[in-house]
Amino acid sequence: MTFEYAPALESTAVVKIKPEYGLFINGKFVPAKGGKTFTTINPATEETLTKVAFASSSDVDKAVAAARAAYSKVWSKMPAAERGKYLFRIARILQERAREFAVLETMDNGKPIRETRDIDIPLAASHFFYHAGWADKLEHAGMGSSPKPHGVVGQVIPWNFPLLMLSWKIAPALATGNTVVLKPAETTPLTALLFAEVCQQADLPPGVVNIITGDGSTGSAIVNHPDIDKIAFTGSTAVGKGIARAIAGTKKAATLELGGKGANIIYEDAPLDETVEGIISGIFFNQGHVCCAGSRLLVQENIHDEVIEKLKRRISMIRIGNPLDKNTDLGAINSSAQLARINELANSGDLEGAERWSPACELPTKGFWYPPTIFTGVTQAHRIAQEEIFGPVLSVLTFRTPQEAIEKANNTPFGLSAGIWTDKGSRILWTAKHLKAGVIWANTFNKFDPASPFGGYKESGWGREGGRHGLAAYLKGNH
Amino acid sequence: MIDGTANSIKSFLKTLSPVDQVGAEARAAMLATRSIKTSSKSWAIDMAISMIDLTTLEGADTAGKVKAICNKAVRPDPSDPTVPHVGAICVYNDMVKIARTHLDAAGGRDIPVAAVSTAFPSGRASLEVKRVDTEDAIAHGAAEIDMVIDRGAFLSGDLEKVYSEIQYIKSLCEGRAHLKVILETGELVTLDNVRKASFLAMAAGADFIKTSTGKVAPAATAPVVLVMLEAVRDWYAMTGVKIGVKPAGGIRTTKDAIKQLVLVNETAGPEWLNPQLFRIGASALLNDLLMQRMKLRDGHYAGPNYVTLD
Repeated sequence: MTFEYAPALESTAVVKIKPEYGLFINGKFVPAKGGKTFTTINPATEETLTKVAFASSSDVDKAVAAARAAYSKVWSKMPAAERGKYLFRIARILQERAREFAVLETMDNGKPIRETRDIDIPLAASHFFYHAGWADKLEHAGMGSSPKPHGVVGQVIPWNFPLLMLSWKIAPALATGNTVVLKPAETTPLTALLFAEVCQQADLPPGVVNIITGDGSTGSAIVNHPDIDKIAFTGSTAVGKGIARAIAGTKKAATLELGGKGANIIYEDAPLDETVEGIISGIFFNQGHVCCAGSRLLVQENIHDEVIEKLKRRISMIRIGNPLDKNTDLGAINSSAQLARINELANSGDLEGAERWSPACELPTKGFWYPPTIFTGVTQAHRIAQEEIFGPVLSVLTFRTPQEAIEKANNTPFGLSAGIWTDKGSRILWTAKHLKAGVIWANTFNKFDPASPFGGYKESGWGREGGRHGLAAYLKGNH
Repeated sequence: MIDGTANSIKSFLKTLSPVDQVGAEARAAMLATRSIKTSSKSWAIDMAISMIDLTTLEGADTAGKVKAICNKAVRPDPSDPTVPHVGAICVYNDMVKIARTHLDAAGGRDIPVAAVSTAFPSGRASLEVKRVDTEDAIAHGAAEIDMVIDRGAFLSGDLEKVYSEIQYIKSLCEGRAHLKVILETGELVTLDNVRKASFLAMAAGADFIKTSTGKVAPAATAPVVLVMLEAVRDWYAMTGVKIGVKPAGGIRTTKDAIKQLVLVNETAGPEWLNPQLFRIGASALLNDLLMQRMKLRDGHYAGPNYVTLD
């Protein structure tokens, strides 16, 4: 007999999903104009979770007006220390309700409860704590003696880390004195709506945070709204380019956090077992739905076979299945559309002659699933080496010298993240200096901290989020 | 790969991949979050009981104390014959005969006696003393020898000495006793040292590599056990020989023991989940396992007086 882990399901009793959710405008939940709604499902089971209001451009108008009024009448006049208190309060409530948020996030997104419980929700709370501390110290942020907020900020966030991306956006915006109209992704609106309840619970003045749900057309209405001062967007490079075009020539400021094709560089002297763990977390964390994923493995040719053998053995141990099971490592793909995209790109890998490998694993029959997959024999000319797959699919390339590793790593329109694995400190520094990527990890991967700025080079985006640098995205300096 | 010369040992250990402390700690911490419930918990509890090297290593040990743990080893729970017996009894050299005789009398003929040897726990004695210590234990019925490595020699770089001593003790054990080599990881400190010492011991002929004497803290921490399990896994890939692992020291609760089994399962692999390849050196652990076993069986916790002392 072998050591089979019996199901260890996290209870969903802590979550009370309402039959229908309105838009959160001016501190209240209100239906969309015309009463239009859409449904959100659990991608692991395809069961409908609830109905959510679909905001049209006139709802966006209402939300922006509420944010503008809150900005000019309340938020911009409030002493900064008082703003900080609201952020501290929100952070504490997020911690108190962490289990509820974790379960709801797992149900709406499909990611494993282990990740929502240990990573998404604690990090979201820590972003509010971190920025709460900044609220009354902005004159020390290196942007002059009295930096000013933009005013009303429009924020559009993706579905891969719904509450965490919300906190990356809302915490710095509020700390710096802006008010917010935020749209969560169409497939993952529920934790943002629960966050709206937290705003009520924290007595945040009405209109400071407005959360409106909808699809791309709603996002576009926010981007093009004339009374919004700044746009903050996280999502695909294609949509990011559209936003850049839309706001060109307007007074709007923007930060864009877009796609990536992160190179994870393995030198021959790397600590192999920990490197394998880093490769795993680089590409299979959050089902690979990570803009900074280490989706291109660049491994020194003389250790390629050994690394691949260890990697395959380790991948065979990944536990795939019910995301609410506390022992699940790899959950569901977020939507059928994303699954189709992963399939399309992975199939191109087959067609272009790369060698596919997945462990023997049973996938659930309901829901959207993709097995952990690696492609070996990939070269720069393969689509799977160039395009962002945004799924649990790793492309393995080789290099012979550090110079070749750098050339290949930088040979991409993206420049978001990279990883370096070596036992040699000087090589870490040399490599990091030559990589064109906004975030570089050494002997680790996919680690995040609110004090550390995050953002990309080239087509991976504009600006930084988090840390002191991230404050600059929400302030106008007076140097 | 090693011919015993200092150079061959050095160049062999140089081929080993280094260990990143932060990464190893993170992996061990992640595996500690595994949630083992119901049927898998009950399986794990029985497996853990059968892996225990039930140990008493005190200056105050007496024949009476040793007999008591022998009885406990054979029938951990007198009210429930379905509880498996433990893996072995582990005692000091002078208690080996008493333990062997009593185990045989109590129906524990198939439970081996392990003797700590080679001037345990410090190992600070001449090779001759270590030889006599080992020979004497085997002569009195020890089927397993738990020797300590010379940490002073290891830390000063005299790897040849460490290697030849293990090899020598192994030659005494050959065909008569299993050899467990105690690395005393709490004195080696770094995980790189743990990995090196593990390979050194395996190359020199260890049948088991063991974390600690139990007399030095920290002892069997999760990252240390992880690195040793990786070492036996890699050694198996290199040579086709499976070496056992024995964490000892600080494993006191069912939770601790189950975390160890998860480490084994997801590192060396399920083939290591048996008492021939994994042992847990412990004394207090057995009673906690028995209490958790009763809880699973009866649905409620029994008081501490429902498990026998010793």
